[in-house]
Amino acid sequence: MRRPTPAQTAGPYYSLGLDWWQAHPITHEPPAGAAICVRGQVLDGDGAPVPDALVEIWQANGAGDYPTRSAAAGEGFGRVSVDAEGRYTFLTHKPGPTTPQAAPHIHFTLLARGLMNPLVTRLYFADEAARNHRDPALARVPLARRATLIAALTPTGYCFDIHLQGPLETVFFDV
Amino acid sequence: MKRVARPATRGWAPNQLPAYPSSTKRAPQAAAIALPPQLLPSQGPRWGPEQLRAGAGDLTTQVPGGTAQGQRILVHGRVSDAAGRPEAHALIELWQANAAGRYLHAADQHAAPLDPYFIGAGQVLTDAQGCYEFLSIEPGAYPWGNHPNGWRPKHIHFSLFGAGFAARLVTQLYFPGDPLLPLDPIFMGIPQAAARARLVAKFDLTRTQPAWALAYRFDVVLRGCAATPLDAH
Repeated sequence: MRRPTPAQTAGPYYSLGLDWWQAHPITHEPPAGAAICVRGQVLDGDGAPVPDALVEIWQANGAGDYPTRSAAAGEGFGRVSVDAEGRYTFLTHKPGPTTPQAAPHIHFTLLARGLMNPLVTRLYFADEAARNHRDPALARVPLARRATLIAALTPTGYCFDIHLQGPLETVFFDV
Repeated sequence: MKRVARPATRGWAPNQLPAYPSSTKRAPQAAAIALPPQLLPSQGPRWGPEQLRAGAGDLTTQVPGGTAQGQRILVHGRVSDAAGRPEAHALIELWQANAAGRYLHAADQHAAPLDPYFIGAGQVLTDAQGCYEFLSIEPGAYPWGNHPNGWRPKHIHFSLFGAGFAARLVTQLYFPGDPLLPLDPIFMGIPQAAARARLVAKFDLTRTQPAWALAYRFDVVLRGCAATPLDAH
């Protein structure tokens, strides 16, 4: 077996190389899921906004299927740089459950100066409590920390803040 | 006897790196929670040539009217999974400083000249064998405020998407023999020399183009299903 190439930080100038592919509305066919807005803020250990982070999402369509290998390029993938207040917004479809046991979720990957390795987490939906309760990935998260992965439903969409440190530190996964 | 699964990221840099103060308030404090492969999507985003920008594989001629200054280099290599199978049609995104060590970025105020004919960003796809190549110029070292008289070694940023969701990698290519490497907290943040060595490209005379460009080879091994230990649940 070959050893995997180690990661290095994306550094402060990642937008030069990565902003060419901007977040886009995810347009699965058929658009079985309802259109949703997901927004949030990236915060550091002082609770201060992180103004230079890149947020990537990867998700299934409303039927719970990931894009096939013949799907349009970039389908199911979104990417956005946060603004000066560390805020991001995605317009997408709510994914369906990918297995009978799984709760609907969106994969998040975070890159930034100061992060030696990409951070991987998941957004779950507050209005899916019953499914969340039996989701096998959430089951691996200590009960007290599960709330960090649940996006609140607000009048303007789902809110999913990412806390890099602190009492509300978001759960990150080793994938 | 049950063998303990070893994360593929073992031996990588820790998130919290005291010699790199940018990590102090950003590195998560809790250990990441391991997820077995069956709880991960088996695939990641698909990419195709149709969305790449024209000329994205030649960073020396992206601005009409001139060519980038500096030592022209051909960078090539093979992207594979841990079993050695090619990562075909993987997207590689690149960004780098110019020959004087300056990024085309508003936040870079290094008192080195910008090159009007160099942007410093590109994209390429691997072919069916996992091979890629691009043309660029050798980046300069640049100063940073991380520590007194700090200079980053010459490097090219790489972002890669392999076939699997876990085969996402963001890393940096370094150049052989750079005297700044042992002084760099980011490079040296990887504890083991053997792992660090995998980030150093090899000079490649066989692909060096006569009277045109030096060549460097940089092979990349991505994680993913094949890279996951068989006993990881």
